[in-house]
Amino acid sequence: SRFTQQELPAWKPILTPGWVIAVFVLIGITFIPIGLASLFASERVVEIVDRYDDGCFFLNTNQSLLLDYIRNPKSNKTCTRSLTSPLFSVLSNLTTFIFQVPKKMRSPIYIYYQLGNFYQNHRRYVKSRSDKQLRSRKGEDEIKDCQPIARSGEKPIVPCGLIAWSLFNDTYAFSSKNKALTVDKKDIAWKSDKEHKFGSDVYPKNFQSDGLIGGGKLNHSIPLSEQEDLMVWMRTAALPTFRKLYGKITVDLEANEAITVVIQNNYNTYEFGGEKKLVLSTTSWIGGKNNFLGIAYLCVGGICLFLAINFILMYIFRP
Amino acid sequence: MRGGTGKGIHFSKLYSFSCFRSKFEDEHGQLGQRGYSRIVYCNDPDNPEAVQLKYRGNYVSTTKYTALNFIPKSLFEQFRRVANLYFLVVACVSFSPLAPYTAVSVLAPLLVVIGATMAKEGVEDWRRRKQDIEANNRKVEVYGKKAFNETRWKNLRVGDLVKIYKDEYFPADLLLLSSSYEDGICYVETMNLDGETNLKLKHALDETASLRDVSSFQNFKSTINCEDPNERLYSFVGTLYYGGQQHPLSLQQILLRDSKLRNTDYIYGVVVFTGHDTKVMQNATDPPSKRSKIERRMDKIIYILFSTLILISFTGSMFFGVETKNDIRVGELKRWYLRPDKTTVFFDPKRASLAAFFHFLTGLMLYGYLIPISLYVSIEVVKVLQSIFINQDQDMYYEETDKPARARTSNLNEELGQVDTILSDKTGTLTCNSMEFVKCSIAGVAYGRGMTEVERALAKRKRSRAHEVTDSSSDLPECDDHVVDSGKPVKGFNFRDERIMNGNWVNEPHSDLIQKFFRVLAICHTAIPDVRKESGEISYEAESPDEAAFVIAARELGFEFFERTQTSISLHELDHESGRKVNRSYTLLHVLEFSSARKRMSVIVKTVENQLLLLCKGADSVMFERLSKDGRLFLAKSMDHLNKYAEAGLRTLVVAYRELSDQEYKSWEEEFLQAKTSVSAARDALIDAACDKIERDLILLGVTAVEDKLQKGVPECIDKLSKAGIKIWVLTGDKMETAINIGYACSLLTKGMKQIVITLDSPDISDLEKQGDKESIQKASRESIAKQIGEAKAQIIARKESSVTFGLIIDGMSLDFALAKSLESSFLEVAVNCASVICCRSSPKQKARVTKLVKVGTGKTTLAIGDGANDVGMLQEADIGVGISGVEGMQAVMSSDFAIAQFRFLERLLLVHGHWCYRRITMMICYFFYKNITFGFTLFWFEAHASFSGQPAYNDWYMSFYNVFFTSLPVIALGVFDQDVSARLCLKHPLLYQEGVQNILFTWHRILGWMLNGVISSMIIFFFITNSTISQAFRRDGHLVDYEVLGVTMYTCVVWAVNCQMALSINYFTWIQHFFIWGSIAFWYTFLVIYGALPPKVSTTAYQVFVEACAPSPFYWLATLLVVVSMLLPYFAYRSFQTRFKPMYHDIIQRRRSEGSEADVSAELPARVKEKIGHLKERLKHRES
Repeated sequence: SRFTQQELPAWKPILTPGWVIAVFVLIGITFIPIGLASLFASERVVEIVDRYDDGCFFLNTNQSLLLDYIRNPKSNKTCTRSLTSPLFSVLSNLTTFIFQVPKKMRSPIYIYYQLGNFYQNHRRYVKSRSDKQLRSRKGEDEIKDCQPIARSGEKPIVPCGLIAWSLFNDTYAFSSKNKALTVDKKDIAWKSDKEHKFGSDVYPKNFQSDGLIGGGKLNHSIPLSEQEDLMVWMRTAALPTFRKLYGKITVDLEANEAITVVIQNNYNTYEFGGEKKLVLSTTSWIGGKNNFLGIAYLCVGGICLFLAINFILMYIFRP
Repeated sequence: MRGGTGKGIHFSKLYSFSCFRSKFEDEHGQLGQRGYSRIVYCNDPDNPEAVQLKYRGNYVSTTKYTALNFIPKSLFEQFRRVANLYFLVVACVSFSPLAPYTAVSVLAPLLVVIGATMAKEGVEDWRRRKQDIEANNRKVEVYGKKAFNETRWKNLRVGDLVKIYKDEYFPADLLLLSSSYEDGICYVETMNLDGETNLKLKHALDETASLRDVSSFQNFKSTINCEDPNERLYSFVGTLYYGGQQHPLSLQQILLRDSKLRNTDYIYGVVVFTGHDTKVMQNATDPPSKRSKIERRMDKIIYILFSTLILISFTGSMFFGVETKNDIRVGELKRWYLRPDKTTVFFDPKRASLAAFFHFLTGLMLYGYLIPISLYVSIEVVKVLQSIFINQDQDMYYEETDKPARARTSNLNEELGQVDTILSDKTGTLTCNSMEFVKCSIAGVAYGRGMTEVERALAKRKRSRAHEVTDSSSDLPECDDHVVDSGKPVKGFNFRDERIMNGNWVNEPHSDLIQKFFRVLAICHTAIPDVRKESGEISYEAESPDEAAFVIAARELGFEFFERTQTSISLHELDHESGRKVNRSYTLLHVLEFSSARKRMSVIVKTVENQLLLLCKGADSVMFERLSKDGRLFLAKSMDHLNKYAEAGLRTLVVAYRELSDQEYKSWEEEFLQAKTSVSAARDALIDAACDKIERDLILLGVTAVEDKLQKGVPECIDKLSKAGIKIWVLTGDKMETAINIGYACSLLTKGMKQIVITLDSPDISDLEKQGDKESIQKASRESIAKQIGEAKAQIIARKESSVTFGLIIDGMSLDFALAKSLESSFLEVAVNCASVICCRSSPKQKARVTKLVKVGTGKTTLAIGDGANDVGMLQEADIGVGISGVEGMQAVMSSDFAIAQFRFLERLLLVHGHWCYRRITMMICYFFYKNITFGFTLFWFEAHASFSGQPAYNDWYMSFYNVFFTSLPVIALGVFDQDVSARLCLKHPLLYQEGVQNILFTWHRILGWMLNGVISSMIIFFFITNSTISQAFRRDGHLVDYEVLGVTMYTCVVWAVNCQMALSINYFTWIQHFFIWGSIAFWYTFLVIYGALPPKVSTTAYQVFVEACAPSPFYWLATLLVVVSMLLPYFAYRSFQTRFKPMYHDIIQRRRSEGSEADVSAELPARVKEKIGHLKERLKHRES
C-alpha cells in the first residue's frame, strides 16, 4: 500500500521567498493592531498605587524600634493615607490629607494589596497546607503536611499550615468627602474555591491561639467557605512580588475627587524588607494596567516587517 | 578445563607427525580424564548408571529470559542505561521529602517507558520461544520396546537409539551406527553450521554398519566413552565399546544437530550430546552488538546535559543555601512566614550548608526534565518502525526468490546513511553465483563463441566512448536472455560452437582428446544425478555451481552422467565409431576430494577395458606444475587461452588425466588407505600427502571457462554509489585478472583511472621461491611491498592536483605483508586515496582484517556486503554487515545486520532508506534535546524567582505527562515518516548522501544550536509571560495571576511552541503528522479540562483552573499567541534566510522540486547549485586526503 511504501499523499511546504515574505508580513500586520488594541486597553485603565509601609512611620525611625512597634499587638497601627499620584509620602499618622483622583474611575474599582519580596512560592510555604482539612470537617486531623503550624498543644489547628498562619491582616477604610466608601468584600475569591475547596462545615479552631502569632486572626464562628480573605490569601502567588484582591468599590470615583484611606498597618513585612502597597485599579477587557503585552506585540510585529523588508532587499540584490 | 584439553591436543599433534599411531593412543588415552569423561550407554538410557550421570535433556531454549527471570533480568538490562538508572534513583528518592513533586508522578512515566521497552523485549523473546517450541516438538523415531516409536525432540535422552529419514534434521549430536547403504555411509548437508551447501560424507564403523533392521537392535548394547561437550565443530574424540572390543570414533561417525540427512533413505544413530551440549549449541555465541555512531554521540550529549543539570542544580543550591542562611540573623527571624526557627533539616538556616546539599539533590530531580526520559524508548520504537518500512519496501523485494529486504537489527538504521566505504565480496554478491559453461580450450584449440557479460560490458564501454551521443541507450541483452539459437535454454550452459556440438567433435583433429576432456568433466566430480521418472530428464545436485556446470556441459555435449553408485559411475556416451548412444560404466576406485588448500580434485576409475585412469581438474597454479613432460604438448597455447579467459572475467580450471599402471596403483592404494583409516588429527595431512604422490605426471587436456554472471543492475548501482561519494572495495578470492575485469565490468575501474597494482608476482621473488628459503622470501617480499606502497604514495601525491583517479589492486599474498603493523598505515593511506580498491586472492580472515583496518584506520563507517560463510568475519567486523540472501546458504545472512536479495538493492537501502533514517534520527535527537531544554529551563527560571526553593512551576502531572503524551508522538512521527526529499529524488541526486557521510546534520554546532534555541525559547516563555502578567489583573473581573494560572499559561506556551517548532522543522505533512502535532496540542487542552474537573483532592492546583480562570480571559490567549510566535521567530528567520541564501543540498533539491524544474535539472544547473555541488565535492576530496 502507499502507506508501507512511504508514499502517502503529503503536503511538502518549503520556504520559498514568497512564503517567507507572506508569513513575515502576515505576522506583522496582525500583530501591530493587536498590540495597539491591547496597549490602548491598558492605557484606559486607571490605577493608583501607594506604597505605605515606609510612609506610615517616621522615615528615620531605627529598625529595632520599628520591629518592636509592629510586633506589639497593642500599639496603635492606624495610618491614614490619601491616594493620588504622583505619590507623596510624608508622616501622616492620624492626619488627614486631601488628594485627588487623577481620572474618572468607573466602578467596579478593585482594591489590591501588593507585597514585595514575599516568597509565597517557596516550597516549604506552598506545601504547608491541608486541602483535606479545608474541604471538610472530617479531614480535621489531616495535618501531616502542615508542619510546623499543625497543632496547638495537642489539638489540631484549623486551618493549619504556614500559609493560613501568615494571613495578611492590614485593613483599609476609604472615605470621600467625609463619607465612608463601602468596600465590597464579597466575591473576591474564585468561585471554585468557595464551592469546592473550602468547606462550609469547617470552622476555624485553635487558630493563632498560642506560640508565635503569624498574621491575621479568623472569626471562629464563620465557616471557611465564607472567609474570602483567607481563600484569596491561600491561592499562593507565583512570584515574590504579587497583588491580592482586597475588595471592590462599587461606586464611580470622579476625577479630582479626594480619597482618604485609614490603614491598620498590622502586617509585618519589615523583618524581611518587603514593600506594601495599596492599589486601586479599574479593569478593561485585557485586565489591569500593563503595557508590556501591547509593546511586545508591537515589537514582534515590527521585527517581522523589518525581516520581511530585509528579505526582500536581499532577494533583490543577491538573488 | 578447556585450557587443559587444548594443550593435550596440541602436544599430540606434535607427536602425530612422527607416528600417527601414537597419536591415536595419546588422545584416546585421555578418555576418562578431565574433559574426556562422558559415558554414553547406548540403547540403554534407563540404565541406573546412565540416570545417575544426569545429562541434560534435549530440550533447547534459546530465549534470553524464562518466565521466572523475565522481570528481574529485563529490569536489570534496562537499568544498565545511565539515563534509566538516573530516573530510577530519582523515583526512589522522590519518596523522601527531598522531592519537589509527588513520587507517583515520577514513577508513572518511568514505568511507561520501562514497560514499553520490556514489552518489546518480551515480544522478541516470545518469538524466539515459539521457534524453540517448534524445534522441541518436532517428531523423531526412537527405539524402545522392540520397535521404533515416534516421540518429540525434547524427550530424547543421551543413549537413545533413533532413526532419521531423508531430508530430516538431526535432533541431537548422533553417533552414526548404520544407514540404508550397506557400507554405512550417509550424506549430510551442513548448511546451518558452516554455510556450505555441498554434501558431506559420513561413515559408520564397519562393526556397526550391519545393524540394519529393527530386530538387530534388541540385543544391541554398548558404551561410548568420549569427550565432554565442547564447541569444536571439527573434532571429536571417543571410543565405542562394543562386542568386547574398543573402536576409536572420529568426526566421521558423528552427525551434528541442525545438519540435514541427504540422499540417504534413513540412518540409525545413538544420541551422544543432547540439547545445549550439542556442538552447534555450544557454538552459539551472541553476535557482537553494534552501536551506531549517532548513538555514541548521543551518549555524549546526554553527558553534556548531565553536566548542565549538575551545574544548574549546584548554582541553585548555592543561592538557596545563602538565602536560607539569611533567614535567621542574630536570633532575628527574617522571613518569619517560613518559620525558620522551627524547621526540618532541609530548610534549616543553622545548618544551611547541609540544607544546600539536600537541595542540590532536589535540584537534580527537578531539572531532571533536561534529560529526555523517553528518548531511548522513542528511538527504539522509531527504529523498529523504520525497519518495518525497510522490510516492506516493494522496490527491494526480489520476486524470483520471494525475498524482501530484512533489517535484522534495527539499531543501525541511521548508520546506513553514513556509509563511507563499502567492502564487497565478489562471487554471489556482485555476480549471480550461477555458473555457465561458456568456453573451453581443448588440445590447444579454443572453442565457444558466446560473448560474456564482461566482454559485452567492455565492448559497450568502448563503443559508448567512440560515439557517446548516438547510441548510449542501445539495449544490450540482459543477464538471462542471451541464449539465442540453441532452441531451449539450459540453465548453467551457454556454450555455442557448432564444431563440437551435436556430436560434431568426432570430426575435429584431436577428437580423442576431446573425448577424454569431456569424460573427465563427466566423471571427475562428486555430483549426484537426479533422474525424473516421468520425463527422463536428469538434474544434478553438486557441491558447487561450477561442478554442476561441468556435468551439464558434458551432458549437453553427449556424455550424459546418469547414475552413481557407491562403486561406479555410469554415462550415456556417444560411441566414437558407431555414432550411437551406449551405456558405459566406470568403476570408481577413489575420490581425492577437493579442498581449498589442494585446489584440485581427482578420481581414480577403472574403465570397462580394465584401464586405470586418474582424472584430474584443478586451478592453473597447481595443475601446470604437475604436468608430465609429454603432457605439456599444448601448454603454451592452453596458457594463452587461459589468460584470455581470465581476462574476460571467467573462472578457469585446467583439466588433465593420467594412466596408471596396476602396480603403481596398488602400492599407492595401500598407503592411501592407511592414511584414510587413521583417526588422528593429522589424517588430512596424511591423505593430502598420499594424494600428492599420485597426482603427478599429468597429461594436459585443456582448459574450461565458466562464467559467473554479473547480477542485474550491478554496474549501475556501483556507479550511483560512487557518485554518492561512497568508496567501494572489492575483496575477492579470484585471480587478479578476473578481478580486474569484473572491476571494469561493474564500472569500479574505468579507463581514465590510473591503476596501481601491488603484487608479489615478480621474477626475483619467484626465483627466491624456487630456492625455497622461507626467511629470505619473507624479507624480500616485505621489502618489495614496502617499495611498491612507497611508489604508489609518491604517484598519488604527484598527481594530487590533477583530476586523475586511482584504482588500487592488491593480491592476497601482498596483502598479508601490507597488513603488517609497520606497513599498515601507509597502505591505508594509499588505499583511501584511491577511488576503488580491489583485493584479490584474499582469504576470509584477510577480508575481516582489511575491514577492521578501514574501520579503525579511517574512523569512518564501513559496510561489508557478502553472501557466503567466508564473509561472516567481514560482516561482523564492519560497522554494518549486509548479507545477500542468495544461493550460498544462510550463514552470511544469519550474521548480518541487514539482508537483501540482490546487490542492486543496496543502492536503495543506502541512498533512500539510509539517508532518510539518518536524517530522521538526527533530527529527532536534536529536537528531543530542544524540547526538553525548553521545558527544563523554564523550571530553572521560575526557581530563580522562588528563592531556589525547589518548587516546580507546574503541577506534577503536567510535568510527568510532558515527555509521554504532549510531545512524544509528533517526534515519533518525525522519526518514522519524515522525508526531506522523495525516494525518486534521493536516487536522482546521489550526492545528497554526502550529508550523512559528512554527518552535517549532526555536527556539534548544529546540536548546540538546537540546544541554544531551547534555552532562548525557555527564556522567551518565562520572561514574556511573567512580564506581561506582573501583578496586574488578567481578567475584567479583577482576578490576578497566581501560581496556578501562571503554571498553566507557561505550560500552554511550552506545548504549543514545542509542537509548532516541530511543524516548522519538518517539511513533509501527511495526515499522520497533522494528527499527531495538532492532536498533541488538543490533547493538552482536553487533559486540562478533564484533570481540572476531577475533585480538588486529585487535581490540586489544576482544579478548574482552565475552565474557570484561563479560558475566559482574552489575556491568556493573547499571551499564548505572542509567546508562541516570538519563540518560533528565531528559528523561522534563520531557516528562511539559510534556505534562500546559504542552502544545504537538500534545500536545493527541494526548491527545485517545488519550482517544477526537476525534469530538466541535469541539462541546466543553476550556477549556484553547481557551485554548491563543487563545494561538496571539494569537501569530499579534502576529507579524503
